[in-house]
Amino acid sequence: MDELVRNCAAAGVVISLTAYGIGSALRKRFNTPLMNPLMIAVILVISFLLATGVEYDSYNDGAKYLSYLLMPATVSLAVPLYQKLDLLRKNMVAVFAGIISGVISSLLCVLMMSLLFGLSHEAYVTLLPKSITTAIGIGVAEELGGHITITAAVIIITGVLGNVSAEAVCRLAKIRHPISRGLAIGTASHAIGTAKALEMGETEGAMSSLAIVVSGILTVIGASILSVLI
Amino acid sequence: MKHLKQYGIIAAVTFAGEAVKYFVPLPVPGSIYGLLILLALLMSGILKLEAVKEAADFLIEIMPVMFIPAAAGLVVSWSALSKMLAPVCVIVVVSTFVVMVVTGKVTDWLMDRNTKEAE
Repeated sequence: MDELVRNCAAAGVVISLTAYGIGSALRKRFNTPLMNPLMIAVILVISFLLATGVEYDSYNDGAKYLSYLLMPATVSLAVPLYQKLDLLRKNMVAVFAGIISGVISSLLCVLMMSLLFGLSHEAYVTLLPKSITTAIGIGVAEELGGHITITAAVIIITGVLGNVSAEAVCRLAKIRHPISRGLAIGTASHAIGTAKALEMGETEGAMSSLAIVVSGILTVIGASILSVLI
Repeated sequence: MKHLKQYGIIAAVTFAGEAVKYFVPLPVPGSIYGLLILLALLMSGILKLEAVKEAADFLIEIMPVMFIPAAAGLVVSWSALSKMLAPVCVIVVVSTFVVMVVTGKVTDWLMDRNTKEAE
């Protein structure tokens, strides 16, 4: 089985898309946020790899073409953002203050809980960039002396958690404005959360895209400053 | 042909972003530079929205699927992660919710204040 998957470039793509298709079908059948297509797809792919003994690298040989699309897709986020530029201009102060408050609370939250758990400097800086987009987060963790494999895993778990919980959190916390919802999702859970924000609405999606960029850049600065504390 | 041209433009902007990354020694990925370049091109009117809209919308629509391979990579990083599983779980869950609520509430509050001032 491993041999077959490794030698067929399309296998990884087919496995991923089939898993996502099953996830989407389950979502349609049981209309609850717990049935998150992305989360189901990830669980199915992992189960498939473990059950068949196919190596992750063999699967990823084909599936990496899906990951490759992330670059142009992230660039494309400029389009929804551009379409909501007027809304951004009108609410400039609220938007930036919102993202800044989110970045500061993310860094302080990790700092305080790392102190609470008595984590080492290495573990602390590994977790510090957990809310931002993978490429920036890994760069930050590496620069500060963190364990980048764990950083990447934690960033992805954060994203999937944000994607799954976004609607419920916005409802329970009574976050009302679509602008606030988008910023909240993007600042907390980067691009994976943004995929959900884009489903919620155009404004949510645009603001979430903006939050990825701004919170990512602010975290580079904030994490460097706070990294000296543990 | 139309879609090919649109995707070509997005690919070119992506490449421009990667080139910036190559020359600027910051931990900012090329895709973020690319996003800012595309935004600047649209804002300045050099590029019309119609020139990229359909391809961009398509890429954005299928975006969730692109995260599957990386997330399935947890299978490989699991052994490293499992050593600090308890603190990681607590920190990830608590901080994700805290950030979401703080960002949303602060923005809500400031926007309400703006509306009141405007009235």
